Amino acid sequence: MFPNDPAGQPAVYTVSDLTAYIRAVLESNENLIDIWVSGEISNLSQPKSGHVYFTLKDINASLRCVIWREQAWRLKGALRDGMAVEAHGSISVYEQGGQYQLYVDGLRAAGEGLLYQEFLRLKAALEAEGLFDAARKRPLPPLPSVIGIVTSPTGAALQDMLNTLRARYPLARVVLAPAAVQGEDAPLQIVDALRKLNDRIHPDVIIMARGGGSLEDLWAFNDERVVRAVAASQAPVISGVGHETDFTLTDFAADLRAPTPTGAAVLAAPDIADLQAGLQGLALQLQQGARERLAAFSLELTTAAHRLERQSPAWRVRQGRQHLDDLSQRLYLSAVHDLKSRKSHLANLVERLANLDPVRVLRRGYALIQDAKGALITTIKQVKLGQEINVQIADGSLDAQVQHISEKDRKGTA
Amino acid sequence: MAKANPAVEQLTYEQALQELEKILADLESESRGLDDTMNLFERGRQLIQHCQTLLDKAELKVRTLGQNNDIEETED
Repeated sequence: MFPNDPAGQPAVYTVSDLTAYIRAVLESNENLIDIWVSGEISNLSQPKSGHVYFTLKDINASLRCVIWREQAWRLKGALRDGMAVEAHGSISVYEQGGQYQLYVDGLRAAGEGLLYQEFLRLKAALEAEGLFDAARKRPLPPLPSVIGIVTSPTGAALQDMLNTLRARYPLARVVLAPAAVQGEDAPLQIVDALRKLNDRIHPDVIIMARGGGSLEDLWAFNDERVVRAVAASQAPVISGVGHETDFTLTDFAADLRAPTPTGAAVLAAPDIADLQAGLQGLALQLQQGARERLAAFSLELTTAAHRLERQSPAWRVRQGRQHLDDLSQRLYLSAVHDLKSRKSHLANLVERLANLDPVRVLRRGYALIQDAKGALITTIKQVKLGQEINVQIADGSLDAQVQHISEKDRKGTA
Repeated sequence: MAKANPAVEQLTYEQALQELEKILADLESESRGLDDTMNLFERGRQLIQHCQTLLDKAELKVRTLGQNNDIEETED
């Protein structure tokens, strides 16, 4: 490339040629490729283009560095002058500027990861704003009919979620709002997908998901715009980003965090088997309810029938007959009683009558005296001297003549 | 039961389930006439049948939001 002049004169190079040569030398030196360089950031510049420029320096030297936009977007806000970092990349030459520089494709803080620092910073800021408050979390609908999904249309995460939903809850209609879930465009695409779902579909719940990856891979879900959009979503959001151990700011802002995309699909809807069982229970409950109501009706009917029966002619006749029986019984009893008392009365009379029988008196020595005509003589005034009288005594009678009459004293006995 | 109920077949699973819960509450608490009771029971039976059918026949429907505000049906 740089042949000597045949005349022995040193060759004269153009700046471009020389620079191109230097660049080729540097880029082919394996000691300058894929290296880590530690230093402190200074002269940090982050112009609109999205590329990031800074100088890495230590006590004795400095090194120009550039991070292309494709890698730089995640670091937005994370870089500060004076920050101690380790930069990864390769040395090459910026020909127009005549500068060799480190083309950075990875950056970490000396100590904690730089991205992790940024994660903590943003988390603290949004937390202070109340974006992650428990009070903001909304309940999920128990039976969502429309489930929105924001994820990559080509990722395995989508298929995992669809398979899960198909097996567990095929009742749902799923609307996929496709978005890149990695790379510089991912945050805006995710925000846009969320907005479209909320504005046009009004899903009952939205799942935001992405399969596992490095912190850098998942970074879109730590993007402030995405986190704010999640918090502002009309429909409740379930996040399922990365693996069990990955936490993103989207997880904190979501109404519910699932460990994985599949987990998010599980949380989004009930299991059809549970629904089947619940339905069986409801069917039993319905039968039971109706049966109880009917039993109540039946009881009412029986009661009413009894009451009606009491108003029927047949009932009255029976009632009347019973009354009659009752009366006739009483009548019989009273008749019997009456007869008895009459009998005893009669016996009494007979007794008393027997005591008055004159014959019985005559036996005790008394006599009955009658005149000729048979009239009973009970006073001396009925007889005259010489008058014929008849004397009856117990065992016969005799005729006699009155020979003497004497009147007894007033107080004489009868 | 006063107003005409929509045909059972047109209800979503959730709607059917909600109405079913209401019917059960009715049957268990309110005293209704025999006709109403039988109608409620029959309606409830149909709702359960409908839910069962929905569960049995359900197939996940997947659509994709397109770029130009259109919605593409996709049998994923």
